Amino acid sequence: MNAKELIARRIAREIAPGALVNLGIGLPSLVARYVPAERGVFFQAENGVIGLGGLPPEGLENPSLTDAGAGFVALVPGAASIDSAMSFALIRGGHVDATVLGGLQVDEAGHLANWMVPGKMVPGMGGAMDLATGAARVIVGMQHSAKGESKIVRRCTLPLTTLRRVDLVVTELAVIEPTDAGLVLRERAPGVSVEAVLAETEAALVVPDEVPEMVLA
Amino acid sequence: MKGALKPEAAAERIPDGSSLLIGGFMGVGTPERMIDALVARQARELTVIANDTANPGRGIGKLITAGAVRRVVTSHIGLNPETQAKMLAGEIAVELVPQGTLIERIRSGGAGLGGVLTPTGLGTEVEEGKRVIEVEGKRFLLELPITADFALIGAHQADYIGNLTYSLTAHNFNPIIALAGRVVIAEAEHYLPVGAIPPDAVKTPGVLVDHLLMRG
Repeated sequence: MNAKELIARRIAREIAPGALVNLGIGLPSLVARYVPAERGVFFQAENGVIGLGGLPPEGLENPSLTDAGAGFVALVPGAASIDSAMSFALIRGGHVDATVLGGLQVDEAGHLANWMVPGKMVPGMGGAMDLATGAARVIVGMQHSAKGESKIVRRCTLPLTTLRRVDLVVTELAVIEPTDAGLVLRERAPGVSVEAVLAETEAALVVPDEVPEMVLA
Repeated sequence: MKGALKPEAAAERIPDGSSLLIGGFMGVGTPERMIDALVARQARELTVIANDTANPGRGIGKLITAGAVRRVVTSHIGLNPETQAKMLAGEIAVELVPQGTLIERIRSGGAGLGGVLTPTGLGTEVEEGKRVIEVEGKRFLLELPITADFALIGAHQADYIGNLTYSLTAHNFNPIIALAGRVVIAEAEHYLPVGAIPPDAVKTPGVLVDHLLMRG
């Protein structure tokens, strides 16, 4: 299993029955694969649909039915199409139960940076700031390190996405919960020791007596 | 509704230097024939206010490629390398706005409000230069309203007096920008007799629409 699949399968277990969930593009979008249909989850795409439902049959795509990454999609029964004001009222107003976002850095305060690298990558924040600020629960799914550097840092050096503390961070090594007491190491990946997680993490982690292995969907 | 226009006639009415609200999300719901007519008349110095700049060859991306745009107010340019290159070269000024803030700034402009108070962007680069207002113990950014000279709408159906419907994810910014353009031009996939669109299905009332774009 590769890192992205492991992260997606762990996050899938966080998605409650009947929830309204927004998945970011890239790694977070993989989470939907591991959420069983019978859980009754509605996935929102911020371009204006509640109830994303997989891919349309080849050759039967509708050019007016895409996800936020501009890919063709299909819908589940009960889906609704909405305009951008409604879409972001749902997001900002806390009506979206959970969002899963990618990350560039998360720091000891639980702050997320995921929208730009000054001088290198300035794509624009799109809906990320609204999602990170307004969703009822913010889950960050990202690889633990990039180019040999930990992405779980003492303090974000990249521009922040929101001041709001994210609720959970899932990497291919660990599940980390930002709390008032700092970043708590809640779980470790199968076969990964606490020491290995600490060695790969720049930030200080609070380590409880028991750090169980992740259970995957 | 003041009358239907051929695309080239509509493009002639949009002077260089105009500000344009344009519907669409990565080109879905963008009035493509209207865009093509602006490119054909070699429009210049436009300000485009839209969710994104699509990608080269599609929707607003065509205006970017054609050098028609001087300034963009948008939430995302990540999928259009030409917008990014022209921004870095100083040919296009780009104001990046969180998507939910952008749509509410437009809505407030069109709805006669003095702006919106949003928590989005607090404590980030988005806050720079803006007023922070506390309401009942919570802090918000004051984001100012947006209007424009023109709103260019992509619709699914229009009747002859400009009542509009939208399809699936092609709603996006369209119903909102219809409020905020001083002149509103709508291009629909289908034109229908008055009465063929049930009142409950109308998403943009025809009273907001100045011109329909004639079929090609």
